[in-house]
Amino acid sequence: MKWETVIGLEVHAELSTKSKIFCGCTTDFGGKPNTHVCPVCSGMPGTLPRLNRAVVEYAMRAGLVLNCTITQKCKFDRKNYFYPDLPKAYQVSQLYAPICRDGFMEIESGGHKKRIGIREIHMEEDAGKLLHDPQSGTTHMDFNRCGVPLLEIVSQPDFKSGTEALSYLEQLRETLLYLGVCDCKMQEGSLRADVNLSVRPVGGEMGVRTEMKNLNSFKAISRAIEYEASRQIEVLEKGGKIVQETRRWDDDKGESYGMRSKENAQDYRYFPEPDLLPIEIDDEWLARIRETLPELANQKRERYIRDYGLTEFDAAVLTGHKNISDLFEDVLKRSGEPLESAHLITGEIMRLMNGTNTPPEELSPDPGKLANLVSLVLSGKINRNAYKETVEAVFTGDVDPEAYIAEKGLIMVSDSGAIHNAVAKVLNDNPGAVSDYRAGKDRAFGFLMGQSMKMLNGTGDPGMLRKTLKETLDNQANL
Amino acid sequence: MLELSALELSSAIRAGKLSATEAVSAYIGAVERTDGQLNAFISLGKERAMARAKAVQQLVGGGKPTPLTGVPIAIKDNISTAGTATTCASKMLDGYNPVFNATIVDKLERAGMIVIGKLNMDEFAMGGSSETGAFGPVRNPWDVSRVAGGSSGGSAAAAAAREIPLSIGSDTGGSIRQPCAFCGVTGVKPTYGAVSRYGLIAYASSLDQIGPIGNNIDDCAALLSVISGPDDQDSTCVINNPFDFSGARFERLDGVKIGLPRNYFADGIDEDVKRAVLAAAKEFEEAGASVEEFDMPLMEYMVPAYYIIACAEASSNLSRYDGLKYGYRSDKANTLSEVYRLSRSEGFGLEVKRRIMLGSFVLSSGYYDAYYKKALQIRALIKDAYSGLFERFDMILSPVAPTTAYKLGENIDDPMKMYMGDIYTVSVNLAGLPAVSLPCGFDGQGLPVGFQLIGDAFAEEKLIGAARVYQRRTDHHTKRPGGAA
Repeated sequence: MKWETVIGLEVHAELSTKSKIFCGCTTDFGGKPNTHVCPVCSGMPGTLPRLNRAVVEYAMRAGLVLNCTITQKCKFDRKNYFYPDLPKAYQVSQLYAPICRDGFMEIESGGHKKRIGIREIHMEEDAGKLLHDPQSGTTHMDFNRCGVPLLEIVSQPDFKSGTEALSYLEQLRETLLYLGVCDCKMQEGSLRADVNLSVRPVGGEMGVRTEMKNLNSFKAISRAIEYEASRQIEVLEKGGKIVQETRRWDDDKGESYGMRSKENAQDYRYFPEPDLLPIEIDDEWLARIRETLPELANQKRERYIRDYGLTEFDAAVLTGHKNISDLFEDVLKRSGEPLESAHLITGEIMRLMNGTNTPPEELSPDPGKLANLVSLVLSGKINRNAYKETVEAVFTGDVDPEAYIAEKGLIMVSDSGAIHNAVAKVLNDNPGAVSDYRAGKDRAFGFLMGQSMKMLNGTGDPGMLRKTLKETLDNQANL
Repeated sequence: MLELSALELSSAIRAGKLSATEAVSAYIGAVERTDGQLNAFISLGKERAMARAKAVQQLVGGGKPTPLTGVPIAIKDNISTAGTATTCASKMLDGYNPVFNATIVDKLERAGMIVIGKLNMDEFAMGGSSETGAFGPVRNPWDVSRVAGGSSGGSAAAAAAREIPLSIGSDTGGSIRQPCAFCGVTGVKPTYGAVSRYGLIAYASSLDQIGPIGNNIDDCAALLSVISGPDDQDSTCVINNPFDFSGARFERLDGVKIGLPRNYFADGIDEDVKRAVLAAAKEFEEAGASVEEFDMPLMEYMVPAYYIIACAEASSNLSRYDGLKYGYRSDKANTLSEVYRLSRSEGFGLEVKRRIMLGSFVLSSGYYDAYYKKALQIRALIKDAYSGLFERFDMILSPVAPTTAYKLGENIDDPMKMYMGDIYTVSVNLAGLPAVSLPCGFDGQGLPVGFQLIGDAFAEEKLIGAARVYQRRTDHHTKRPGGAA
């Protein structure tokens, strides 16, 4: 029998607001256990939540770019369950009136475009973390993460393969980064995804689905999908039945195991959160958020090609991460030179990032200094060699470019006397190469050119040098 | 000194006739003399109160004195006080000391008042007799073999016995008004959203409201002005400014329209209670108000809707007491699930467990629509009904409870009978309305009877004005219990 896989994704994105969803504590990752806490986020008796409006705005931004309808009177609900990482024993979330509904995102997979439905996006608070100490056999509670705002983005079961799911996740990640609502660091848990998966005979009735949790990287998601689809097919082909259950992925073993089945499913006893008023989103607020939506990666790519004449490849490199396109646009704004700025980033900067293993998240060269260098090379103050050297010095040591150039004597030599002297000395010192050139060996010209540039400490004006060398050689031949 | 009203006491202190320290030590003395019998206090912070009284006294000359500067006060023990035990009269909160003050505690201190102790109550404010707490029942100062009412029984009994000139209670389904009626004192249940709940340990969040209890409406109004007002830490506290009742001083009530719910006086109400409450209505007529009877709709749905909603919220609010972080933990527990199960089974009392189970049930899947959702619909209908009534009437006059104070232990094993005692009070909380509870006489056994005036949302000024007229014309609120004094 031919089987097809049906996948839906639930993505949790931690919002990068300064403070938590219901109190003033910082959302910074890390920090000693229980130092980013207050009576509210640690759920002390008698405390009450107060909503951080920035969270609502971030959710609206995400909802708008994902083509959702914004619920203009939305509410919070309580999801009740006991676990030591949840100090109130309920999570404030949204069930009955989530802030965003019925959206979609276009993805590209295997050369095809496909529209993936977004069922809903809701706001909620994150839970804390438990730290197990195997040595003493004790468990410690860290509430720093309690109350960090989350968006849960729930897709329709519209994926047919792991490839499609990954393509969606990558694009969603890029979108959230460009919106500036989430830093999307999977290793820090700021972006997490649960996978709902079932299989069915091609075109047949929907199968029973399982939900997989603990997926900490795109690679793990891809492997888990592959594993679960073949596990389900194997069970069904042997005449077995799929149990509706939650499964935990073990990335080290490359397999998942059942955590709890539907019969043991938790009853979360959701009900409206009485400590918070409904959120009224009026048209004016919505319009203001709509107007301030940033340009997204695909829109940027199109604009770079259309307005700056960049190649599709360069445009894609520049929009590969928000920090890269931000750097490009900043250098461009200051220098006014789109092509040179683009090539600086796609060339030297990308080379330096690769060479130093710098991830885009940590990209930090001073755009003002880079723009300065762009102007210097275009105006002929420095040549390409000096340009590359100084860009590297700015990238690695944040040097002042003008001071660096002066100190290293990198100002381009276009003085004809100096160039003539250098050429004369090189020709005088290398009679062999001169006769090779005369014998028609073109490579000898390159050698003489290099020697002359070296004589000028690499700072000679390459055009002038070339011209002078050629003229001198030709003049001498005519003598 | 103990016979002065709170406002008179503060005047005397501000005039230099008395000191705040004298006032505090006199009241601490009263508590030490009588509370062995009443059990109204859970804790008495003697040294802290004396130190605070000295500090307040130093400010009396300068600073900005308020009408309640120097007045001692005691607080129901479900309201957080930084660094001092806040127990909710439960074993579950054994050893718990809040790290912060409830907003109203800060407000009391800013007004120059001195907190001397924490008051007994039903466990987690669940009950109508102040018998369900872990520290024993509160006894009624008029007859110590009887209950003080609840859940703010300690707050009402302490005020009635003059252990304190003013106290703070909380009202979720009648918990200020009913003990006031049972103990013959005055209390106000404010509009939901008039007083910050920050620091009030929640029973039912959408119903709970903190309010004043005292010996007359002027003292209560002054205290309500102090504790009301907006609070950044409570987004449901929607009031714009603290109350100012200085304008609500009338001689008569001409033109004021009062509604009297005829069906509240039909079945199940004691004859003596009925007689005293109807006499109060008569008094309002004589003061110039018109009194018109009407039938209160939805009466049979009020108690069920209240218990479904209150217990649902309570089941969630009380889940945080899990034995892990603070409070009681069973020493028999070996696994995580045993910590939860045994700590909660041993730490909570019977009534609290009953309500947690009821609340968990009505929220569970398959029952939500049949119970909780229905109750919310009834709640909306009750709100609408009141809105309609306040187009016709300025206020509604009703009994507070169908009976006077009953014997200790009389109803403790009959929860249904106990719950039906809330019939006249719970709809006010479901609709989020304000009400004042005022003494209006005595039954044949000499036990106090109370009535309530219910107003539209944020119509406290009208209610206070009417209550002032009533208390100027009557002396029920000036009567003192003989038994314990």
